[in-house]
Amino acid sequence: MKLKNLLVILLVLGLTVFSVASFAAKRLKGTINVVGSTSVQPLAEELAKKFTSKRKNKKVKIFVQGGGSGAGIKAAFTKTADIGMSSRSLKPSEKGLIKTVIARDGIAIIVNKKNSIGELTSAQLKKIYKGEYTNWKEVGGKNMQIIVVNREAGSGTRGAFEGIVLKKEKPTNTCLIQASTGAVQQTVSVTKEAIGYVSLGSLDTKVVNSLKIDGAECTAKNIKAEKYPIQRPFLMVTKSAPKGIVKAFLNWILSKEGQKIVAEDFISVK
Amino acid sequence: MDAHLKCQIKESIIRGLLFFIACIAVIGVLLIIIFVFQEGWPVLAKYGLGKLLSGTEWMPTSEVYGLLPLIVGSFYVTLGSLVLGVPLGIACAVFMAEIAPEWMVKLVRPAINLLAGIPSVVYGFFGLVVLVPMVRMLFGGIGFSLLTGGIILAIMILPTIISISEDALRAVPRDYKEASLALGATHWQTIYRVLIPAAKSGIVTAVILGMGRALGETMAVIMITGNTPLVPKSLLDPGATLTGTIGQEWAYAAGEHAQALFTVGIFLFVLIIIINSSALIFARKKVGNR
Repeated sequence: MKLKNLLVILLVLGLTVFSVASFAAKRLKGTINVVGSTSVQPLAEELAKKFTSKRKNKKVKIFVQGGGSGAGIKAAFTKTADIGMSSRSLKPSEKGLIKTVIARDGIAIIVNKKNSIGELTSAQLKKIYKGEYTNWKEVGGKNMQIIVVNREAGSGTRGAFEGIVLKKEKPTNTCLIQASTGAVQQTVSVTKEAIGYVSLGSLDTKVVNSLKIDGAECTAKNIKAEKYPIQRPFLMVTKSAPKGIVKAFLNWILSKEGQKIVAEDFISVK
Repeated sequence: MDAHLKCQIKESIIRGLLFFIACIAVIGVLLIIIFVFQEGWPVLAKYGLGKLLSGTEWMPTSEVYGLLPLIVGSFYVTLGSLVLGVPLGIACAVFMAEIAPEWMVKLVRPAINLLAGIPSVVYGFFGLVVLVPMVRMLFGGIGFSLLTGGIILAIMILPTIISISEDALRAVPRDYKEASLALGATHWQTIYRVLIPAAKSGIVTAVILGMGRALGETMAVIMITGNTPLVPKSLLDPGATLTGTIGQEWAYAAGEHAQALFTVGIFLFVLIIIINSSALIFARKKVGNR
């Protein structure tokens, strides 16, 4: 009996001390799991690093994982992740989620360094990806076949590209398929007839050329001014209205400081 | 309690524990089978086996699930890898078991084992940077092709084929070789008329296991075959494989698309089971049986 009482007293005392201590410090703590689009992943990692390096956030741990937009949205929906990352707008079937637009991204159209073409119109690009144009001379280039490089079915970047450029029409099946931005860039850099697309944040103009579309170069400035036509939103989705550390993190991303990091590679929303 | 009873209890506990552990392995396999079939069955039932197998277009986001391009693609790369890898592998096994001096075997064997230890993504990268431009230069086409996939797979299945064939050759009773040599046959005649036929079942097992490995390989294939979801007309066409398609599309697939990938998984599963059980049947035949 005596022992039991003592234990209860100790427990109450401990809890009081603990809550007073945590209240007084006002420091955030806990872990946030962020899962989803591999296009958003590098940005999210950078944001997480900066956020957790702040003194009051020292005890917050943020784990960022890839897996794709679909997986991210699924994970947010089933709450296996606190935040899902998506590089496309939510589909009508993906209801019941709260989304926060944290950045915008442009999709750059890339060709081999040896290709003489520097510019295409969206109509020409559409015809290339639909398989109607199969030779570069049809768009004013050298006489060689066009090798279309596409992303795999279901990829967020491909979804965005098809929505914007193909307007939901079917792309040609006579194409190479690569499952990541890096692989597309690598393929285009070793194949002189190839054309592909990658997100602006991953574009490496040392290995491939980026084409002007409708006269606008793929740059942050042109995307913000909505001159460059091929662009998409980066979303962070949560199952319910964000609260606690998740809210703090998302608010910080939208703050001046967070958006400054966004602007390094992508286009800020504010 | 007397000592005898104590021993008996201990014995039965240990026996139960071991049985339980053995069960876990079997249960694991069963769970995977149930899961894959459960997930893949709806698409199989909805579209029918015949339609899936004869469909020449794989456009999962438009709900067109033709498996023919993937099956033909897998068939071509596997065939390519066997045509290139089997003669090379068996020749290497013969060299190691019969011809090479001891010190050379000690040098070559670790090198071959190292080949088995290289991660497949590294093979893929090697293929992308070295083999793709090379195939393009030598054979034409665009470099990304089923042939390129076959070449890289041939290298990848070598360790399997070499080590199992070598074991089989070494297991041939010494008498066979001695008898053959005593009858006046040369070393080479002994190898290809006596030793290889005697080790036949082991060598066939090696080839079948190598085939299973080639069929199941994913990462390296994704990187270099181009993954075009069309029925390839020649070995120089780019093409997609069963495993490659699952590997590429899994991350983003949702709804019926995800189920269709599990249906692809069912086909792979059946193929691999057929391959592995035929390997078991051959392996059971005793060395020397003709």
